[in-house]
Amino acid sequence: MALEQVKTELAGVESAEVVATNYGKKGFHLDVRVSPDQVVAAAEVMDRQGFFIEAVTGVDWFGEQAAIASEAKKKAEAAAKKAAEAAAAEGAEPPAPAPVAVPESGPDEMEVVYDFNHYQALCRVTVRTRVLRETPELPTISTVFPGANWHERETHDFFGIRFLGHPDLSPLLLPEDADFHPLLKDFKA
Amino acid sequence: MNHLASDMHKETFVLNMGPQHPATHGVLRVKLVLDGEYIVEAEPVLGYIHRMHEKMGENRTWAQFMPNTGRLDYLSALSYNHGYVAAVERAAGIEVPERAEVIRVMTVELNRISSHLLWFGAYLLDLGGFTPLLYAFDDREQILDLLESVTGSRLTYCYFRFGGLYNDIDDDFIAGLKGFVERLRSRLPMYHTLVTKNIILMKRLKDIGVVSADMCRRYGATGPVARGSGIDYDVRKNEPYSVYPEFDFDVPVYHEGDSMARYMVRMDEIEQSLRIIEQAIAKLPEGPIMAEKAPKIIKPAKGDYYHAVEAARGSFGVRLVSDGTNTPYRLKLRSPSFCNLSLFAEASQGMLVADAVAFMGSLDLVIPEIDR
Repeated sequence: MALEQVKTELAGVESAEVVATNYGKKGFHLDVRVSPDQVVAAAEVMDRQGFFIEAVTGVDWFGEQAAIASEAKKKAEAAAKKAAEAAAAEGAEPPAPAPVAVPESGPDEMEVVYDFNHYQALCRVTVRTRVLRETPELPTISTVFPGANWHERETHDFFGIRFLGHPDLSPLLLPEDADFHPLLKDFKA
Repeated sequence: MNHLASDMHKETFVLNMGPQHPATHGVLRVKLVLDGEYIVEAEPVLGYIHRMHEKMGENRTWAQFMPNTGRLDYLSALSYNHGYVAAVERAAGIEVPERAEVIRVMTVELNRISSHLLWFGAYLLDLGGFTPLLYAFDDREQILDLLESVTGSRLTYCYFRFGGLYNDIDDDFIAGLKGFVERLRSRLPMYHTLVTKNIILMKRLKDIGVVSADMCRRYGATGPVARGSGIDYDVRKNEPYSVYPEFDFDVPVYHEGDSMARYMVRMDEIEQSLRIIEQAIAKLPEGPIMAEKAPKIIKPAKGDYYHAVEAARGSFGVRLVSDGTNTPYRLKLRSPSFCNLSLFAEASQGMLVADAVAFMGSLDLVIPEIDR
């Protein structure tokens, strides 16, 4: 079974977290998370197992870290308030409100998603990795799958993600002098 | 050999084919580096009708994106309607009534035939035969009339809805459809005697533009391009969706990998689509065409979802990322011609320019779908 085999092989890739997903609900079988420097190793596994590449694309998680931080802050405040109320109910002198620790929001990230599929076996694999929004760089897999060349160029057009070692990252779909990346969430036309 | 002759092969020149060249069907430009009449290097230049559909998707609700899906591949727009609604239905967990699914299959297959007929006519036009186009358009016209009567449009359909259809079919449509199936069946042998067995066509297509199965895999080619190279891959069979498992049809596969093989795959697919339509007419159940519980406002749960359908040109995939609101967070459209064209640069090396036209036509490119 291609699914079991590719699952074990992918688990061998450094930093890989392989999760089997509910195909009927999600539309793919394996959800693989790797660190950016391991995408080539993951692509090589897919190549050895006879998969073909469906697409490469990005997702801009702009504002995600701030949302996580504000969520955590709300929780901390609510907990502090609860503690104060509990103390007041016991008749004790309410303690000086403890300073709520405001968690620093980390830098935002961008996700790069690779979709693989198999001609014979019913097995869709999604490989994803995250790069920093400030420095969106990761190695190209066009050395493994030449078909990834255009997909990566398109992803560079839309998100400004730089694929290191790519033969030509000039705009593919955007005008040749385009210096903007329309799928960034903070892009304003 | 004197020094002029030995240097001859180093003298190359650049020729732009397109973006207004009649054989590139729409606005595709191919930058060719030629050595005499032979191609040293070919570089497709895309983006002339790029409209950024994916950004539009992030700025409107799930339902409001529907009309965009009819404008990607305007020759088989219903497949793209189907791919998008199926992806959103998967994400939002919407069940579709049986009758709606059968009508979806019926109309999608009809649209596939119309797309293949147009390809047939236009391809023969590229190769210098004018008459087949007139025959093909005559038949295609019937399909457009039929689909217009039920969808309300002739080309850029927006017929499906989340959970069903916009409009039910009536007896006139069924009668017209039966008549059309009969008509096209009687015309197909004529196509084959007129065109397929023509010696000039054979000489122009056989062994031209050979694409190996491994090349298909490395570039992610799907649809008739992959099936012409001996890969038995059809999303309708390999990853069954809708009610396709209930239909009896074959997937034509040819092993030669040349332009003739791709030609034959499409001609055979027309017959198979006719078979599917006939079965769909026979089994069309009574019932509603919209799911009763389909929500008016779609808010799929957080997460990402993928759904692929077999469009006329190959596997069309939709990757959705939802943040739980009524607008998509990210909407990726994986179009088949984009991947099928990407192998052109490698496969066309050393080819004659005239053969490259025959090869490119056999890929059946629709540029708005590549550029999106």
